[in-house]
Amino acid sequence: MLMGIFSLLAASLYVLLDAVDVALTEAAVGAGVSIILMLGALVLTTSEEKVHDAKHNLLALVVVLITGGALIYGTMDMPNFADPQAPAHQHVAPRYVQDSVDEIGIPNMVTSVLASYRGLDTLGEVLVIFSAGVAVLLLLGAGTYRRRPRPPRKRTK
Amino acid sequence: MSPHIVLRVGAKVLIPVILLFALYIQFHGEYSPGGGFQAGIIFAAALVLYTLIFGLDAVQRAVPPVAVHLLSAVGALLYIGVGVWAMFAGGNFLEYKVLAADPHLGETMGIILIELGVGITVGAVVISLFYSFAGRTREQEN
Repeated sequence: MLMGIFSLLAASLYVLLDAVDVALTEAAVGAGVSIILMLGALVLTTSEEKVHDAKHNLLALVVVLITGGALIYGTMDMPNFADPQAPAHQHVAPRYVQDSVDEIGIPNMVTSVLASYRGLDTLGEVLVIFSAGVAVLLLLGAGTYRRRPRPPRKRTK
Repeated sequence: MSPHIVLRVGAKVLIPVILLFALYIQFHGEYSPGGGFQAGIIFAAALVLYTLIFGLDAVQRAVPPVAVHLLSAVGALLYIGVGVWAMFAGGNFLEYKVLAADPHLGETMGIILIELGVGITVGAVVISLFYSFAGRTREQEN
């Protein structure tokens, strides 16, 4: 439920930032489907976790702290919010904004960038989704064996 | 199933609208926000709603799991196929503007086709994920 509220708020924030495509995705995926899959996973697992008597792993704590520190340090180089001089607004974005309607011929430039300029990236995303689906099928099964009717037992009398 | 009449009637009114909205998001993505990815998710969400009301058996009679598994591959193959078609038409991989005499028409055709591929794959994968989760029974607690 908290996940759903978070996704809904995030989607509203994206709308405020004029990123309507991302907001649509966030509302559909985050607030819709992932909650259902999370609930499905909760139904499948047991309600108590297994008790295991392993000692606390100090090395793992150190590795996690170092990794987290490095990631936070990495955010120091991020440009300020709404900075017009940010690299994302300098490189190819002006060309997309100015020329994409003339070059591609469709008004939604998000679609132009996703499907045409960055078509190979989108192909990669589709293949990632496909292989994720295949991996889940391999791990969990297709969910079809449950409703297969049991073969009638023959009495040998 | 139990006769939850409000839920059943409400779902029967809602589900066609959701499916139609998914198709709108799919094929109007060039002019308004949206595209294949969102359309696939919304299409799958309609089937999830159907499952919640009418049960997994009913939805698997309407949309068999085998078809879902096939479609998830068909979408990706459609995407790659458009890319290869562009290569045969004399361009680079996924260079749509060689698909038709008019570059704008070619780009639009290519984009619509690959968005269709994205939508088919995403919708089918999400439905098959849902089948996988919903079709299992709880593990034995021991």
